[in-house]
Amino acid sequence: MTDPTVSDAGQARLKKRHAAERRFRLYGQLAIIIALGFLAILLGRVLQQGYTTFWTHSITVQVFLDPARIDRSDLEGNNFDYLAAGNLLKQLKVQDDELGLASGEAMDLVSRDLGFRILDTLKADPSAIGRTVTFTVPVKANADLYYKGEIKRSTPSTDRKISDRQMDWLDALKAKGQVRGHFNTAFFTKSDSTEPEQAGVLGAVVGSALMLLVAAVIAVPTGVLGAVWLEEFAAKGRMSSFIEVNINNLAAVPSIVFGLLGLVLFVNGLGFPRSAPLTGGMVLALMSLPTIIIATRAALKAVPPSIREAALGMGASRTQTVFHHVLPQASPGVMTGIILSMSHALGETAPLLMIGMVAFTPGLPETLASAASVLPVQIYIWENAAEAAYHERTAGAIIVLLAFMIVMNAAAVLLRRRFEKRW
Amino acid sequence: MGGYVACRDSQMVRFSPMTLSFAIILLLAISVGVFWLGRRRARTMASGGATLHSLPGYYGVWVALWTGVPAILVLLFLLTAGPHLGQSLLSANPPAAVSSMPSETAQAFWSDARALSRGKSTSAQPWTAEQKTLLDAKAGEARRFDQVMKMAAYGMAAVLALAGFLLVWPRIAPTLRARNRVEGWINIALIACSAAAVLTTVGIVVSLMFEALRFFAVVSPLDFLFGLDWQPQIAMRADQVAAKGAFGAVPLFAGTFLIMLIAMCVAAPVGLFCAIYLSEYASPRSRAVIKPLLEVLAGVPTVVYGFFAVLTVGPAFRSFFNYIGSWLAEGPLDPLGQYLMGVQGEMALTAGVVMGIMLIPYISSLSDDIINAVPQSLRDGSYAMGATRSETVTRVILPSALPGVMGAMLLAVSRAIGETMIVTMAAGSQARITANPLESVTTVTRQMVELLTGDQSFDNAMTLSAFGLGLTLFVVTLTLNVIALRVVQKYRQAYD
Repeated sequence: MTDPTVSDAGQARLKKRHAAERRFRLYGQLAIIIALGFLAILLGRVLQQGYTTFWTHSITVQVFLDPARIDRSDLEGNNFDYLAAGNLLKQLKVQDDELGLASGEAMDLVSRDLGFRILDTLKADPSAIGRTVTFTVPVKANADLYYKGEIKRSTPSTDRKISDRQMDWLDALKAKGQVRGHFNTAFFTKSDSTEPEQAGVLGAVVGSALMLLVAAVIAVPTGVLGAVWLEEFAAKGRMSSFIEVNINNLAAVPSIVFGLLGLVLFVNGLGFPRSAPLTGGMVLALMSLPTIIIATRAALKAVPPSIREAALGMGASRTQTVFHHVLPQASPGVMTGIILSMSHALGETAPLLMIGMVAFTPGLPETLASAASVLPVQIYIWENAAEAAYHERTAGAIIVLLAFMIVMNAAAVLLRRRFEKRW
Repeated sequence: MGGYVACRDSQMVRFSPMTLSFAIILLLAISVGVFWLGRRRARTMASGGATLHSLPGYYGVWVALWTGVPAILVLLFLLTAGPHLGQSLLSANPPAAVSSMPSETAQAFWSDARALSRGKSTSAQPWTAEQKTLLDAKAGEARRFDQVMKMAAYGMAAVLALAGFLLVWPRIAPTLRARNRVEGWINIALIACSAAAVLTTVGIVVSLMFEALRFFAVVSPLDFLFGLDWQPQIAMRADQVAAKGAFGAVPLFAGTFLIMLIAMCVAAPVGLFCAIYLSEYASPRSRAVIKPLLEVLAGVPTVVYGFFAVLTVGPAFRSFFNYIGSWLAEGPLDPLGQYLMGVQGEMALTAGVVMGIMLIPYISSLSDDIINAVPQSLRDGSYAMGATRSETVTRVILPSALPGVMGAMLLAVSRAIGETMIVTMAAGSQARITANPLESVTTVTRQMVELLTGDQSFDNAMTLSAFGLGLTLFVVTLTLNVIALRVVQKYRQAYD
């Protein structure tokens, strides 16, 4: 296939150049593979560490509410967990020692929720004392990790949180059918807790939703109307170019600086509550304002001038032209920009740390001004927690967060596909 | 300063939000009613044979705007500013007994006075009988002021609504250019909205300056910018020997720079080659797959990257280096081996590499735009001269896209410097100056988070130093952004 008109030296050069070409192409492919490989590893690791969160184990315990051991005058003062642990041992046919160490160890296998459940039962019906009542509660986080195989018997006993004896008991309970694995609904119906097995993301999800609501209510009208003025009304002069430069720079300001602004202006200056969805939402609104303005302007620019000219020609005023014709035509693009900026705001953490959103907040936020946790901050808090059981929950919460972001982004993509207009 | 600190605990929402939102809803309802009245009046005129200048609805909207907007604005303003006014009035003229208290007790006194006046529980501070009487007196004062303020706010809102209505109602006439007037209002609202972005910038600058100046009043800016010792935590206890603490931020700048450099070493080549491949080599179909996937990488929240760094990349690097160390130890390179065996996962390399991953899609999408902006004629010319694709890229496209690509890199640098969560989770907290990527370093943003989370009082240098760091960060990133945006924009226009 060699071309006889090209000299040997030329052939060699050509070969070299083609080899260089192949190498260059390979670099490009390699870069893409590296980037996508990182993505795969990142998502793979999150899924690998997090999927176990959605599965958990519950234990069914029959508790004999021994009248001899329950102080009726002070129900709250009783240690029901200890009482139940004794029952559990009896069912396992294990003799407790005189110090009660075995009961103590058995107590560490069952969630503290059990004690509160017994207390609630007795408060509702004091006559239950003396009867045997059956309760189904989550197992303690470490026991759950053992059932999931994350705490292994092969680890030296000093390096693990569960003793050999406890492992034997857990195996026996499982064999007796008292322990059942099931979907972890508590993760979605409970809020943060000091006990990993009872910690869930509901509070954080509600907090995030409230915060995004505040951010959207403030940033969307301001951003869209601001963009309308800049794009459709403002005379192209010094003023509008100043604002434009300003907005472009604001979009590139580190998010933590917006947190400082929120701390000084909203929390210290105006006395807004710390750690509340209201304050956080306002900070996020300021942060997403430039992105919304930029996206809206791009969408408005894409509407061809003929639409405006036609409307003006029919006698509409400029305001009518913009609000009756241009903005509706641009709305798919505007909506896409809004959704993307809100999805970005959903994942933002640093500015919220600045306004004090690192506090432990059990329960649901009652109002916009009460303390709340949000998903990314919850992830940060759990990631910092010492107990191993929080680590799977961190990854679980990340999966929830990513799921929300995927839904939002998919909505944006769909919107773009469905309503995109080619002029 | 006392007044300022006291302001800080006015955290509860003062005027009950229920009455406020009720008042606003009432005003809105009145506006709707007035709108309806105005429209009906215009319609009646039209049916009477007159030719209206505008559609009847515009007359209604015009009246409604005059009735509702000033009243609502005044209401919001008074109810936000009122409590602060009350606060400063209350503590403006402190009785001798209070001004002789230590500042913390005085603070507790004022916050208790306000809590009492609103019927909330007071702090656990044990007040003497005498102080208690004073407290009650002040609480009564505060309560009276709150009431007066409330009455004034609602009263003024009512008067304004009525005045607005009475002012414009008689002016409804067929010749009134109602549409133009409504559009005037709309125009003002639009300008206000776009001014919000400018106001945000002003807010950032003013608030950072305000706090940073208080910091620089204690610590000289020169010591801060050029000092080599960063030990803010010492300033916690005032009675210690080294109570002043050390606020030399150079170790933080060095750490930030090191991590940024590592990140750019990862992100710049990978991102740039991604962009080149996507714009010059990839078929439209693979482009349609790869681009959204890169966007997913760009959309991953930084806290997730932090998690990835701590639990995956950090341990992986540590075991990798420890393995190499154990292999080198007891050989000719024993000291190096011993060192590598002791490497921890908190090293600069971990944070840097993960930050680099985060920046890949950013650089690639910016560079992609810039490379695509190079006119096709340049490519065609190059191909016509017999150049291969890679030669076209390296000799024609990249040189002409270079300023733009540089701008993109600067934007990425600015993002790397301002990135917070990855370094907060994965970098160390020990300030040290080193160029060794295996050492743990700390960064500006990480220190800011550390200084401002947890208990904070705004009267010590430790907390305030965060604002010194914030101001530096803002100035540096702003400068980078201004230069980069200039370059990118100028370049884009050059081929238009």
